Amino acid sequence: MSDLRDLYQELIVDHYRRPHNFGPLAGANRHAEGFNPLCGDHLSLSLKVVDGVIEDACFEGAGCAISTASASLMTDALKGKTEAEAEALFAVFHALVTAEDATSAEAPLGKLAVLAGVREFPTRVKCATLAWHTLLAALHQSDQPVSTE
Amino acid sequence: MNAPVNQGTVRRDSPPRLDVVRLRQDFPILYQTVHGKPLVYLDNAATSQKPRSVIETETRYYGEINANVHRGVHTLSQRATDAFEAARDTVRRFINAARHEEIVFVRGTTEAINLVAASFGQRLQPGDEILITEMEHHSNIVPWQLLCERSGAVLRVAPIDDTGELKLDEFARLLSPATRLVAVTQLSNALGTVNPVRQLIELAHAAGAVVLVDGAQAVAHRPVDVQALDCDFYAFSGHKLYGPTGIGVLYGKGALLESMPPYQGGGDMIRQVSFAGTTYNDLPYKFEAGTPNIAGAIGLGAAIDYLNTLGLPVVAAHEQALLAAATAQAMQIPGLRLIGTARDKASILAFTLEGVHPHDVGTILDLEGVAVRAGHHCAMPVMAHFGLPATVRASFALYNTAEEVDVLMHAIRKAREVFG
Ligand SMILES: Cc1ncc(COP(=O)(O)O)c(C=O)c1O
Repeated sequence: MSDLRDLYQELIVDHYRRPHNFGPLAGANRHAEGFNPLCGDHLSLSLKVVDGVIEDACFEGAGCAISTASASLMTDALKGKTEAEAEALFAVFHALVTAEDATSAEAPLGKLAVLAGVREFPTRVKCATLAWHTLLAALHQSDQPVSTE
Repeated sequence: MNAPVNQGTVRRDSPPRLDVVRLRQDFPILYQTVHGKPLVYLDNAATSQKPRSVIETETRYYGEINANVHRGVHTLSQRATDAFEAARDTVRRFINAARHEEIVFVRGTTEAINLVAASFGQRLQPGDEILITEMEHHSNIVPWQLLCERSGAVLRVAPIDDTGELKLDEFARLLSPATRLVAVTQLSNALGTVNPVRQLIELAHAAGAVVLVDGAQAVAHRPVDVQALDCDFYAFSGHKLYGPTGIGVLYGKGALLESMPPYQGGGDMIRQVSFAGTTYNDLPYKFEAGTPNIAGAIGLGAAIDYLNTLGLPVVAAHEQALLAAATAQAMQIPGLRLIGTARDKASILAFTLEGVHPHDVGTILDLEGVAVRAGHHCAMPVMAHFGLPATVRASFALYNTAEEVDVLMHAIRKAREVFG
């Protein structure tokens, strides 16, 4: 039995209502689009990468609380990371929201750990990972929009 | 408001009421908890639950009479064939089709529409027009788009207004001698709008068009009489009608079906096969290639029998009362916006909640045990009309109660609180 607040923690609701890094990014040199056809959510991610380091990250689009909070927290976390570190963070985050056991919760995720509750809601995992799949596409400079389906 | 419960005596001046408390016991799936709360199943427009008689009919079929139909001389095959054809006749009576062979068993509404698009569609020419409405389910849009690509026909779309009603004048204006086919839903799954199909069919016939009615939602909520409607095709699915999945019906007027080429080729649909040429079987078998969903068809027959014992008008009145209560209560919730406020509606309450994404509403309701659908409901053009990515949809069936409406409203208020 899972409680409402295990999933919808204050921090998630806050980031949904006032997302960080929301809007266009001047000087962006990496870009990708993500879609979740199931719910019609759409997200566009812009990165400014200088010498392999993500200097800035912003997103735009419309989504649910889980996908918006995830994008907001992710863009916060990305700033200052190298591309390799960002990819490593993707793997850790992915494990956090999909893993059967909770061991990955010990990984250095900081505030992102607030999304761990999604694990109990298989139908919502795609919401939490949409921004992250879009991140991979942006890093790999894929022109194909990412789809969760 | 209390659940309409049969008090044992039916007053002569009031219509009979459903004994919902008792009939709920016919649906074993309803007796469970979800996230520790009693299940409140309000996703009936997606699929309805099945009464025990349907489940047992399928089990009995496999346990006692399973055999292939129309091809054995042995006893079981004859029994299976008899049961299968009896189910076809149950369907015929249910929608008041004139002839047994006008009932074609298919997988569901989607296949029924695709059958018409593939077969009837072969007579379409470049410049011909197909008219649909803005409120159609994707399964009554995409097959026509594909047909237009193949044939060079043009798809026309009659718009809806902001209450979710079809704009009748626009519909009439879009009809022309070029209109070969009109495909329209009787009851919108995204909005709950009931279309005046009788009138639409009359208008379409006056323009010389053939009409397909998508009855996927309607059949469970209104008595349907295909002869009174005078529709040329009527499509519906068993699973939204308390029957099994994987079985559905295409009704077609006999003469029209006769004039159409087969849809799929294979066993059962032929009379004589040789490499010089093949002749086709009579209706409805011409359109039923391969071993059909025998258990499903018989199960659908059982579902219709079940509904008939309750009486569809009585069911409709019960659901209408639930919808009225739910609508009134929903309008009291701050930030709730009803999507679909047509004058004639049935069974469906779609809405958005300010500041809360429909998916989050769906999850929060689920945590309260309430099953609703959140999404575009396979009607993206409807979502586009209202400028929304998605809505939340509660849809009612004969086993729902006024108490469940209360639980729904309580859960919606909870969603508001979380995002307060
Ligand atoms: C109005 C309408 N048409 C068609 C369909 C498609 O039915 P099925 O998926 O059973 O083929 C549905 C089901 O969602 C519907 O609601």
